[in-house]
Amino acid sequence: MFGNLSDRLAETFKNLRGKGRLSAADIDATLREIRKALLEADVALEVVKNFIQSVRDRALGDEVSSALNPAQQVVQIVNDELIKILGGEPRKLRFGKTAPTVIMLAGLQGSGKTTLAGKLAKWLVSEGETPLLVAADLQRPNAVEQLTILGGKISVEVFAPEVGSGSGDPVKVAKDSIAHAKSMGLSVVIVDTAGRLGVDQEMMQQAANIRDAVKPDETLFVIDSMLGQDAVNVAKAFEDGVGISAVVLAKLDGDSRGGAALSVTSVTGKPIIFTSTGESLDAFEPFYPDRMASRILDMGDVLTLIEQAQKAFDDDTVQEMALKLAKETFTLEDFLDQMQQLRKMGSLKSMLAMMPGAGQMRQQLDNLDEREIDRTEAIIRSMTPVERQNPKVLNGSRRTRIARGSGMTVTDVNSLVNRFEQAAKMMKTVAKGGTPQIPGMPAGVGGVVPRKKAKDKKKSGSKSGNPAKRAAELTGKEFGSKPPSGAGGSSFGIGN
Amino acid sequence: MSSLFFWRKKREEEAGEGFDTNTQAPELAADNSELTPATLPKRSSKKAIRSLFSSTKFDPEDLEALEELLIQADFGLTSSEAIVAAVMKKAKDQGASSEAELRKILAQVIELELKTDSQALNLSTGKLPYVFLVVGVNGAGKTTTIGKLANWLTEGSWSVVLGAADTFRAAAVNQLATWSERAGAKLVAPKTDGQDPASVAFEAVETAIESNSDIVIIDTAGRLQNKADLMDELSKIRRVIEKRAEISEVLLVIDATTGQNGLAQAKAFAKAAEVTGIVLTKLDGTAKGGIAFAIQKELGIPIKLVGMGEGINDFAFFDANEFAIGLVA
Repeated sequence: MFGNLSDRLAETFKNLRGKGRLSAADIDATLREIRKALLEADVALEVVKNFIQSVRDRALGDEVSSALNPAQQVVQIVNDELIKILGGEPRKLRFGKTAPTVIMLAGLQGSGKTTLAGKLAKWLVSEGETPLLVAADLQRPNAVEQLTILGGKISVEVFAPEVGSGSGDPVKVAKDSIAHAKSMGLSVVIVDTAGRLGVDQEMMQQAANIRDAVKPDETLFVIDSMLGQDAVNVAKAFEDGVGISAVVLAKLDGDSRGGAALSVTSVTGKPIIFTSTGESLDAFEPFYPDRMASRILDMGDVLTLIEQAQKAFDDDTVQEMALKLAKETFTLEDFLDQMQQLRKMGSLKSMLAMMPGAGQMRQQLDNLDEREIDRTEAIIRSMTPVERQNPKVLNGSRRTRIARGSGMTVTDVNSLVNRFEQAAKMMKTVAKGGTPQIPGMPAGVGGVVPRKKAKDKKKSGSKSGNPAKRAAELTGKEFGSKPPSGAGGSSFGIGN
Repeated sequence: MSSLFFWRKKREEEAGEGFDTNTQAPELAADNSELTPATLPKRSSKKAIRSLFSSTKFDPEDLEALEELLIQADFGLTSSEAIVAAVMKKAKDQGASSEAELRKILAQVIELELKTDSQALNLSTGKLPYVFLVVGVNGAGKTTTIGKLANWLTEGSWSVVLGAADTFRAAAVNQLATWSERAGAKLVAPKTDGQDPASVAFEAVETAIESNSDIVIIDTAGRLQNKADLMDELSKIRRVIEKRAEISEVLLVIDATTGQNGLAQAKAFAKAAEVTGIVLTKLDGTAKGGIAFAIQKELGIPIKLVGMGEGINDFAFFDANEFAIGLVA
């Protein structure tokens, strides 16, 4: 996401670097490029104009001319202004004073409301809530069924008294659902509504009626990140017609430059609170303006990565792993465990995309095959316990057997063993507090080239060719770089 | 990486197995010349096209404002600049300066850029059944488009088979089933949950051939164009269908509200599935669909159909003249 926008901005800033002094002409040239990049990224014209104006005002002011590194200062200003148009402070989901909290979803056809309802419900469950999904999209053929299936997958109750596909009264369904949730003692009600156009008076009135019937604590406007200039009109129409309280960005895992994200908040004044980033029902995150700005400027989003790691790795395992690493008893068995833990964090791609400098390997990231992990797992599972404990016993005939057992080739087995040994060595170094020095490795994604960053000095370069290992390593180090703060803050990367 | 290729190849071989690739499609030499687009019910997209000047007045003095209007209609920076340049040149050549003249010139420029010989659906060459493959990103409106298209064709007394190869999204098959009932088309659904989409597509084509149907339309799961695996799957669906029949149209469904990302979509889908035409959907909203112009202009893929609502008849052939006139109205 935001791929090309980051690339374009990086290119623009490159021209500024190394200049001790910036003339007005330098700044104007840069701003022209930024304007172009933003327009090509579908940021609404009026938003672009305001953005350029405020960056220009600040860039021509004292703060840049007196800065030691003016180019850096301009990047900082762009970053600040990006955060501003993205909504400034992050906003949390608002819960009602009395249960159930009612969340209503609204948006255009095909923006991703039904899928999002499922993801939101799953997320709420993980936050300890008991959600009820309400099938009030009685318009689209089989939307009710889709929601019912989603609910089944995540074991969340679905309130679907009508079959839909054009029949039934959504207002009544919505109204009845509240009573149902109360009687069942459920804490949150998520009302999925039919997609509708901002210009469709009748349907907007229906949405307003649903709103009046359920009195939502949050009315979430679900918007497709690939939307173009029309995003602002659509957002305004929904704001006028239904009244929205916050925005959810869907399909952010595409290669859209995400202009809609940059436009809706500044036009409607409503904050983005969630993003939906993939096909799996886990692909759902709270939204942080500052982190998104960092992602756009390719400064990485390590905070989100750490949070996801904290969710996936439990404390005991981490302690145990740290011990093993320090004692050099880290085996393939542990490696397998670690991979499975990692998987709980979600897709590797989305994790790697959050790393600083990830923009440079976006192409490789897009082509990364998640099934590589399945294959690695298959190979390890084809080994005997003895072999997993001590890979040194792996002679030719054992390797042939493993290859056959896992449906892979001996070359694959060899490469796995080699990569594991190198990784183990590297982790040991990290565990002892050193900086790993690993030559360029084959397979998987190309090495991450660490960038010098003023803020994140503690991140040292990782160059493992295996994404699983690299991510493991990264999380390990990130844990270590933070002082152990309560639960989940300890590290297996650094013996602490 | 080598292992990656190893697995890919294996999977393809597996998928290929079980399909008897030697049988040829039965010769359908029957004269089907009466089945041309002309016999299909006529529909116009006029009501759905919104003027560029609906909220802003057209100022003949200020052509920079025109460029901004085009940008706001999603034509993109490059196309907008090109259009304004062309309008300026033409206006100068003709000595035109009044608002009416400039509007006319603008319409001419847009129409000229959009007009091609390949605007019509390919419904007259090749062997029956004609195979249509419908592709696009999530939520673009593929299934709805197929429902309307199927109904249109059955109204024109073509016999239609629908292949529900979207085996991923929950209830997508049922959604298509509902449409096939409305349209009176035959449905080929997966036999098991999550069946390989290519095999469903193959079975649909097979069914169409056996039942002497005229057209088979294959629905596919929505996919974002930067997911390499899913795009490969699309190429595979194509290859598997081609073992049995020729593909006459690959329609890429683009939501009219899509911004410049539509170009990236068209590029990727063209590469993976050899797209032959664009279906511009949801034109009944406030969006003007300028992205379709950019796609046709930059990639040479013609806009063929327009969708403009959830009703079964909210659907028309794309008409460059109608579109251009509607935009400047």
